[in-house]
Amino acid sequence: MIGPDHRPPVWPKPEPGALAGIRICDFTGQLAGAGATKILAQLGAEVIRIEDPVRQGRWDILRGTQPFVGEHRGIEAGGSFNNHNAGKLGITLNLRDDRAKDLLRELVAASDAVTENFAAGVMERLGFGYEALRAIKPDIVYVSNCGFGADGPYASFRSWGPIAQAVSGLTFQSGLPDLPPAGWGYSFMDHTGAYYMAMAILMALYHRRRTGEGQWVDLACVEAAGTLHGAASLDFTVNDRPARRDGLPNSNRCQSPAMAPHGIWVCDGDDQWVAIAVRNDGDWERLAEALGEPWTADERWVRLAGRLAHEGELERLIGEWTAHRGKHEVAELLVAAGVPAAPVLRPSERIDSDPRTSDWGMWVTVPHSEVGDTRVEGLPVRLSETDWAIGRAAPCLGEDNRYVLGEVLGHSDTEIAQLEADGVI
Amino acid sequence: MTSAGGVRPLDGLRVVELTSQRCALGGKLLADMGADVIVVEPPGGSQMRTYEPFAGDRPDPEGALWWWHYNTSKRSVVVDLDSAAGAADFRRLVSTADAVIEAEPLGRLDALGLDWDQLGGATADPDAGGRNRRLIWVSITHNGRDRPDPPATDLTVLAEGGPVWSCGYDDHTIPPVRGGGNQGLHMASQYAVVTLMAALMWREHSGRGQLIEVSMLAAANATCEFATYFWLNQQIEVQRQTGRHALPQITDATQVQCADGRWLNTGVPPRRGPEFAALAKWVAELGLFEECPYTELLALGEGYEQIDILHLDADPLGAEVFGAGRDTVNFLAARLGAHELFVGLQSIGLACGIVYSPEEMLADEHFVTRGFPVEIDHDGTAVTYPGAPYKFSATPWRATRAPRLGEHQDLLAE
Repeated sequence: MIGPDHRPPVWPKPEPGALAGIRICDFTGQLAGAGATKILAQLGAEVIRIEDPVRQGRWDILRGTQPFVGEHRGIEAGGSFNNHNAGKLGITLNLRDDRAKDLLRELVAASDAVTENFAAGVMERLGFGYEALRAIKPDIVYVSNCGFGADGPYASFRSWGPIAQAVSGLTFQSGLPDLPPAGWGYSFMDHTGAYYMAMAILMALYHRRRTGEGQWVDLACVEAAGTLHGAASLDFTVNDRPARRDGLPNSNRCQSPAMAPHGIWVCDGDDQWVAIAVRNDGDWERLAEALGEPWTADERWVRLAGRLAHEGELERLIGEWTAHRGKHEVAELLVAAGVPAAPVLRPSERIDSDPRTSDWGMWVTVPHSEVGDTRVEGLPVRLSETDWAIGRAAPCLGEDNRYVLGEVLGHSDTEIAQLEADGVI
Repeated sequence: MTSAGGVRPLDGLRVVELTSQRCALGGKLLADMGADVIVVEPPGGSQMRTYEPFAGDRPDPEGALWWWHYNTSKRSVVVDLDSAAGAADFRRLVSTADAVIEAEPLGRLDALGLDWDQLGGATADPDAGGRNRRLIWVSITHNGRDRPDPPATDLTVLAEGGPVWSCGYDDHTIPPVRGGGNQGLHMASQYAVVTLMAALMWREHSGRGQLIEVSMLAAANATCEFATYFWLNQQIEVQRQTGRHALPQITDATQVQCADGRWLNTGVPPRRGPEFAALAKWVAELGLFEECPYTELLALGEGYEQIDILHLDADPLGAEVFGAGRDTVNFLAARLGAHELFVGLQSIGLACGIVYSPEEMLADEHFVTRGFPVEIDHDGTAVTYPGAPYKFSATPWRATRAPRLGEHQDLLAE
């Protein structure tokens, strides 16, 4: 825990962002929730993260789990936590104590939105469901994000990224024929759920700004995921053609729009791969010329229909050609010829050796009060007038108690010291 | 498009979208929440109208399901930007708009005199040259307007942007996998909408628009999770594993094939005493208690507050009990269909997920009860679509069918 005289390293932020003046009372954690309010914080909102001092904020399991920042360990050293909470403020409230509940009421009254991604029903049990929040502040925007949503037969079911991906169809749609689902090798829907949560918060705030009306947004991560299948869902509802059929999924090929060849091929070296997408007959012609191999002259390859009819053979021939070449060499040759191609980049390559991401500013070094300078992700956007900024790393447990309870809510140092002594914060 | 029904949060906003598969989702997200999104198509129509599959498998620019899905709630005009008359139409349309969304090849709009610099410009003199200082311009590019614009698709963006590295199989002689559904295109649109909303909030008090750039490459990089955090913090690379998280170390399988051939993601097997008790009770209710070889270990598990699964080496009995929980789930999978196992395990508090195909998800009673599948009227025929990604209590999501080519051409005469 941070000492009583501590002041956050960089606060307030040097430049007002697009969301300056917006205050979020934030119960989110993990990635699905914390990833949403992280974006808002970096766009200028004042996001006040609330944590439980008794459990040392461990509702968010990422606080104290690997990857750790360098040699540091413990609840201030979780690298994922640091990434998803950079730019936020952090306070502690022991909501078992009525005084903490009073403080929370004060904070809700001073906030524009309340955000959380607990299991359905948790906020009601804490005494802060939507009706209670609205009684405190009639125009509050409340956004909840859980796997299956707030009602329906599965409302009590629990979820995290891979479960949302499985139930929504995303896992099913990612893989190669005659193999188990490959799915996404990470909590893709925690990221994407966070993007939808951020949209929902801002759309609801925008509506409130123009009409004065608050509301509750019930975001079910599985449903957000269920909107992401493009034409595949309609192919069933319109054409009765299910995605569960022979030969599918084959997500390295491209069924819609149909392209061939389209896939990922082995290259020279250990676990090195290149992706190639021939969008049309013109791309094929350019690829054939760039390769200069006799087999590319086969008339079967000239039109898409022929390439699709013999796709397996074509894939084998391309693989034989790529196998003895470097992935960068292949991609550069094809891109220069005008054909979409890219190496499958490893984390070390795209972060430390790809100037395109570093020049963009994707990897930001920020000061952390306990573990020093740390690297976190930036945002993949630029705003010409109000660009994003990350002033600091994730807050330590209770790091901003004095700023929030004192400067925002107007409590005296003596009161705050008493609350600390009594274990309320 | 304004239609019968309640208020929506973006009512009154006008957005001009230059049709492209790279920004179509962004326009849809805004349109379904009430924005008047006018999609500008070239003569002959958007390329998306040529993508299969088609309704009834009849190639028809009005029947492309891609077009239907990504262009709900929009209005369509046909404008030939390369002609003087078309350029004038576009300028006039933009002068009525709050925002433009485009993903044109770099330099094309500038050469036509139709780019942000010519039509917008937050710091420009509001009276100069017909610029609109309140205009917000969203530009989705491969990696920014000042960088090369290589030929790229969803596949190549996901390959060089990071996600592909983490997806695939334990066997690394099998190629890594592109996650399905064109998510590389989606990511850029999702960031575009979040950022556009922030810019709209700022415009409310500043009165000024701005230029927003979205990098598809950076958006993919921002959507890689542990692959990025392990490298940023510890300079360790993760490795892909079948159907579960890519991590530096090899972990236990989390997918099991059930008796009906379908798969289940088992989540984390039971760790706490009450979970072992509930699992044993359910095995008994299924009449499988005698047959299940793990019941004695499950009974031992009931004595645990929580097994420390990160330190099983230090607790051999705990490791055995934890293994028995996992083996019991696999035992049940060999005897039950995936849906029964999913609902049964979740009902006793064990987080898991059936691996549904998209159409199976749409048909599930939970999502039907919540109103997720919606019917959209296509000139008298109801078509079922995936519905709202979020449920707004006061200003709900609502969609209408995608427009026919040039269906709203009259807009240009306004």
